[in-house]
Amino acid sequence: MENTIIKFAMGTCGIASGTQDILNLFDKELSRLNYPAQLVKTGCMGHCYAEPTISITLPGREPVYFGNVNEERARDIIDHFLLKGDKTEGIIPPEGDFSKKQFKIALKNCGEIDPENIQEYIDREGYKALMKCVTMKPEKVISEMKASGLRGRGGGGYPTGLKWENTRKSKSDVKYVVCNADEGDPGAFMDRSVLEGDPHSVIEAMIICGYSIGANKGLVYIRAEYPLAISRLKTALHQAREQGFLGENILNSRFSFDIEIRYGAGAFVCGEETALIHSMEGMRGEPTFKPPYPSVKGYMGKPTCVNNVETLANIPAIIRNGSEWFASIGTATSKGTKVFALAGKIKRTGLIEVPMGTTLREIIFEIGGGIKGIKKFKAVQTGGPSGGCLSEKYLDTPIDYEHLLEAGSMMGSGGMIVLDEDDCMVSMAKFYLEFSIDESCGKCAPCRIGNKRLYEMLERITDGKANMSDLQKIKDLSVVIKDTSLCGLGQTSPNPVLSTLNQFHDEYVAHIDEHFCHAHQCKELIHYVIVADKCTGCTVCFRNCPVEAIYGDKGEVHTILDNQCIKCGICFSKCKFNAIIIN
Amino acid sequence: MATLSENSRKFLVELCKKYRNDEHELINVLHEAQDELGYLPVEVQHVIAGELNIPDARVYGVVTFYSFFTMVPKGKFDISICMGTACYVKGSELILDEFKRRLKVKVGGTTEDGIFTLSTLRCVGACSLAPVVSIGSKVFGNVTPLQVKKIIDEYVEKAEELH
Ligand SMILES: Cc1cc2nc3c(=O)[nH]c(=O)nc-3n(C[C@H](O)[C@H](O)[C@H](O)COP(=O)(O)O)c2cc1C
Ligand code: SF4
Ligand code: SF4
Ligand code: FES
Ligand code: FES
Repeated sequence: MENTIIKFAMGTCGIASGTQDILNLFDKELSRLNYPAQLVKTGCMGHCYAEPTISITLPGREPVYFGNVNEERARDIIDHFLLKGDKTEGIIPPEGDFSKKQFKIALKNCGEIDPENIQEYIDREGYKALMKCVTMKPEKVISEMKASGLRGRGGGGYPTGLKWENTRKSKSDVKYVVCNADEGDPGAFMDRSVLEGDPHSVIEAMIICGYSIGANKGLVYIRAEYPLAISRLKTALHQAREQGFLGENILNSRFSFDIEIRYGAGAFVCGEETALIHSMEGMRGEPTFKPPYPSVKGYMGKPTCVNNVETLANIPAIIRNGSEWFASIGTATSKGTKVFALAGKIKRTGLIEVPMGTTLREIIFEIGGGIKGIKKFKAVQTGGPSGGCLSEKYLDTPIDYEHLLEAGSMMGSGGMIVLDEDDCMVSMAKFYLEFSIDESCGKCAPCRIGNKRLYEMLERITDGKANMSDLQKIKDLSVVIKDTSLCGLGQTSPNPVLSTLNQFHDEYVAHIDEHFCHAHQCKELIHYVIVADKCTGCTVCFRNCPVEAIYGDKGEVHTILDNQCIKCGICFSKCKFNAIIIN
Repeated sequence: MATLSENSRKFLVELCKKYRNDEHELINVLHEAQDELGYLPVEVQHVIAGELNIPDARVYGVVTFYSFFTMVPKGKFDISICMGTACYVKGSELILDEFKRRLKVKVGGTTEDGIFTLSTLRCVGACSLAPVVSIGSKVFGNVTPLQVKKIIDEYVEKAEELH
């Protein structure tokens, strides 16, 4: 009889949620019961909101997914689902809102296969695309890529087939394929999840790219902060070599190709392709002027094709199923799907993949289940530090490169953060700007100095020290920074400021004119006060205040010393009698 | 200039040799050197520069450019507060403030007893557990300012056990 297969989502967040303990528990219990099952460690299944997540496939049946599997639930699943065949708590319905609108291409294998076992990839049509390609002329592969309409998922959206063609046309004896796995957007983890969950799809695509453009060497530039992805990638490379997919004379095609790993070292700007190339050459990761483009003069001065992880992960499926299939998904200008890391004030955070053209509303309110708690939706941020915040008005925007730009944000690499009433938009703008300041390489003055001045102006607003004329200055300076910076970092760094200023103008004005922060987030503008009528003297706030800023005897009305208060908000959240208010 | 132990020097020479003394491998060399030695003071940089046949300033320029490299030794435990967007909107700033206040160090600083270094990072990929604090390979999720003291105490105890 076939075994039951139990899969455990062991991406970074799964591991952090204790999935290993759950796996151990299953292992122990099932061997005690002599229950024949195969336990598999996979990458992210996407249900980050319900970690630890597992899936169980009984022989001859469809897989069933379970969320929030703690020890108790695990025992319940063993006793009732496995042994008696009964339904149990925690089943994630396959046709539920979270899954219904999704369509998986890049994430197809993530959470389904054991990333450390190449056979599982091969069993799911892995390396078939490569086998097909080596029987085709390289030009034919490129024309398939062009026909598919695939565009770069790293943020730029440049047509991938065209980039391959440009690199193929550059004459040189040596060329390189580079996979950009630097993933800089803070609050996004799509690329890492792909590498953790399905590294072979990226490797296969790099080989196909090498074959098409005439390169024999590939490099993966990955952040050193991703130890799990690095180790799974190394294992995958080793196995691909053993099976003859990498190395000399691949599949008797007389084509040879191999891949090396290069490590980033914590610099966001190195995600920019020219900076990335300098970093791989052992230098400071400073961008340089384009042209020449990497496709003409890249790594070691040779033609280099730089592709993002998610871009690559789409390619084997495109070759297998044909460009027409891929081009039939999505919108007029943006084909296929996009992966998003959905997070923030939302019920179901997770890693999702939707066809281009899906609206923000569908993603946030159907897939994501809407806002957590009783608060109201305020904005959604896409595009990370280069993007913007979109208000309710834009919720019906269909997602593709053009529509998001038009709305005042951008696609970016796939971070999507949902904000509610408790989020101050001026502070959000400050947050992203601070990131850009930290990460500016310092080469151009507008980016290095301009952003700092911009930040100080925002700080004056959140401190309640600004006046209305500052808003115009902010706009003017933003435009100068955008127009005069060399690379994409500087050129886009004021976007979060401009988009919030444009869509949440009133909030800026409230800070300036009324010294009022709707979200109660700007510390300089808020004061915690105890309402005497409501205070019962229960002492909870007094005992929990970390800086002893509250005094009062048991049974008496308590008082907060404003000059000692650090505005941590602990007392506010602890008082059961709503006696503490924010002024 | 403080002198480097003979063992460390030998290690660096071998390390550079492993990378064919190729200057383009500088970042790989630095990663491995920091893994082994814990940090990259100028003495270490000087040896590497010599072995790769490049100016000291080139090495220094690279070490200071990348935030992953450090020129000062770190504490026994590196407390990293995630300041990625998802964690930020869930209040990671308050967590950071509380760590700063209790440990009496700034970001990047090490406590006087050498136990803790306080640092920030951007998204560890556990956004669903935001706000997140990681210490070594352990990830704490849904951290509140009130939990900060408990976390510190737990590790002070660990440090004493190690003693
Ligand atoms: C400041 C900056 C940061 C970037 N970071 C990344 C990144 O982390 N990952 C990525 O794939 N592309 C990043 N890019 C885009 C790359 O320069 C490049 O366009 C991309 O890797 C090309 O691959 P694609 O066409 O498959 O998207 C960044 C660009 C800029 C300007
Ligand atoms: S725009 Fe900023 S990050 Fe880009 S090259 Fe100039 S200084 Fe460096
Ligand atoms: S927690 Fe509330 S009711 Fe209790 S002492 Fe403080 S303010 Fe008064
Ligand atoms: S399900 Fe855990 S990383 Fe997404
Ligand atoms: S933003 Fe903190 S884990 Fe992602």
